[in-house]
Amino acid sequence: MQDESGVLTGAHFIDGDHACSEGAIAAGCRFVAGYPITPSTEVVERIAERFPFVGGVFIQMEDEIASSIAIQGAVWAGKKAMTVTSGPGFSLMMEHIGYAAMTETPCVFVNVQRAGPSTGLPTMPAQGDMMQARWGSHGDYGIIALCPNSPQECFDFTIKAFNLAEQFRVPVMLMMDECVGHMIERVVIPPPNEIKVFKRRYYRGKKKDFLPFKPEKDLVPPMIKAGDGYRFHVTGLTHDEKGYPSMTVGTQAKLVTRLSDKLKVNEDKIIEYREDGVESAELIVITYGITSRTAIPAIEQARKEGMKIGHLRLITAWPFPAKRIHELASKVKAFVVPELNLGQMVYEVERHAGSGVKVEPVSHAGGTVHDPKEIYTAIHRLMKG
Amino acid sequence: MADDVLYTVEAGVPQNPIEDLLRMDRIPHIWCPGCGIGSTVNCFIRGLQASGLDLDKVAVVSGIGCTGRVAGYLKLDSFHTTHGRAIPFATGLKLANPELKVVVYSGDGDLIAIGGNHFIHAARRNMDMTVILINNMIYGMTGGQVAPTTPISATASTMPHGNYEPAFNLPHLAESCGAVYVARWTTFHVRHIIKSVKEALLKKGFSFIEIFASCPTLYSRRNKLGDGLDQMIYFQENSEIKNGADTKSVGVDFQGKIIVGKFVDIERPVYHEAMYGHLKEKYGEEYMPSDEIKEFISGQNGD
Repeated sequence: MQDESGVLTGAHFIDGDHACSEGAIAAGCRFVAGYPITPSTEVVERIAERFPFVGGVFIQMEDEIASSIAIQGAVWAGKKAMTVTSGPGFSLMMEHIGYAAMTETPCVFVNVQRAGPSTGLPTMPAQGDMMQARWGSHGDYGIIALCPNSPQECFDFTIKAFNLAEQFRVPVMLMMDECVGHMIERVVIPPPNEIKVFKRRYYRGKKKDFLPFKPEKDLVPPMIKAGDGYRFHVTGLTHDEKGYPSMTVGTQAKLVTRLSDKLKVNEDKIIEYREDGVESAELIVITYGITSRTAIPAIEQARKEGMKIGHLRLITAWPFPAKRIHELASKVKAFVVPELNLGQMVYEVERHAGSGVKVEPVSHAGGTVHDPKEIYTAIHRLMKG
Repeated sequence: MADDVLYTVEAGVPQNPIEDLLRMDRIPHIWCPGCGIGSTVNCFIRGLQASGLDLDKVAVVSGIGCTGRVAGYLKLDSFHTTHGRAIPFATGLKLANPELKVVVYSGDGDLIAIGGNHFIHAARRNMDMTVILINNMIYGMTGGQVAPTTPISATASTMPHGNYEPAFNLPHLAESCGAVYVARWTTFHVRHIIKSVKEALLKKGFSFIEIFASCPTLYSRRNKLGDGLDQMIYFQENSEIKNGADTKSVGVDFQGKIIVGKFVDIERPVYHEAMYGHLKEKYGEEYMPSDEIKEFISGQNGD
């Protein structure tokens, strides 16, 4: 039974998609707009089922473009909101990820990744949208991307995604994949008082001559919403602190630099990774999402054979833990980066590792997960070769 | 010298009855001399004032283009969104807080070409919003390209040999898709626009007003139709008021007759009320609408 706040406290046996829906409800999301697309549809189906009983509004829009902007309308009317999609729909949403970044609209984009490009393999997993999540919209901006590897994490990280979106007023991507989305496992939902939910920061000051886009110390301005009498303006054009279009080189530099810097200066509060045995390692396997699970048998096998192998798993793919990779690069002889794509995050590892260390991708075009042997083979070759 | 002074404006004192609803710190606006958009904004504000609505609860959403700049000049909660997507943004605003009166104010290219899909679906759903479409029959901001509203044989920068694509008949499109209020005017019909704006704002559901406006810089000049005043004379001499006209019959040819008037004014269940009513009937007390929807609907019913 749900309590008043809609949280389904207890242990459940559900898949990642459904866990994501429950995470959104627990995070206080009460507006979802979506468009059917495999393998993400179960998320919105559960939302559609549940929302009438928790005070939420779900609408199936006419396409992903509409969904990704309808949520932003809802945010400016005071709701926490998200949309859910997969590859082709994610491609359609790119302009609105940029709009959310430019207008500092806190919102969550869930992408249950499938193999692409184009229609690709609709029912099969991949991690091919990692660079698109970071760079897909035009121009310079920052986003946050989280990579769950289990239904439990789909629940936990959806809450985290909302909290980060609110805290930094950025679009946050939950980068699931078909495997994590359809995997059924035990998911424990804590009581609401044990769930940390970041409450939106609202400006409460004077209405006359106030500056809705004037940042606070953390470079993030507080929110306002329609209907409260502030008579504010929001635009995707380059704008000043008043929110007015100001198309000058100076305003562009100030605004766009801040949009990027607000994540950089708060990096330590955002970046998260898990390490296992990296301190004594000669080789570190860097993983994220489902690949963090397929790599484990390979790492264990190599350790059994006496090799000193560390495991660094990215929780936030973006922002990327550049400093940590740079630090570790001086201690190991190689990084192995298995991904369900032909090499994406591996570029980021290479960029920050420098030239003194070997960086080896273990690429896979997607459609299924890695055979751990492929990862083991790479480890073995680098350690013994 | 004194004879040359037509009037004086005292600093800080509103001189124009619509000034309170304009962001005067953003004036002068970007529109060309002779452009009709400014006149429609004047009419919109007067219609809004006449409606008696709580101005703190009115939100205006625009897309991109010349008309897309309207939101930024209105002293209301205003959103300048992406190209073609004002309607779905407005949908999110409205469903999150039905207490807001949501107005979409944008151009023909924005709402009907790139945004056409959203237009037809919002009308189908009878989403509670007023859509004001300024039809200048051309893409103005980008330099005079053909629009889905450009009449056959008119010239545009991307139809340099004359247009051979048929134009949309927008009142017919809106009515066919389910709009509950459909009116069309030209910038010549200022009093009619004001009245229609007031009616549309007070109408529940998807209300639609098309306003023909001159684009002297990119439409009239290229088509050798003179300036803004000449286009106004065209509107005056060639428009005919036919309230209740069959929308099938109101298509507009190049420099042809423009049938104007209020064509549609019907009742149909509004989206958020239909949602509330259906779920309430099905689930009774178990249904938990959002606080905003619950308060708004019970306020309306006088509960």
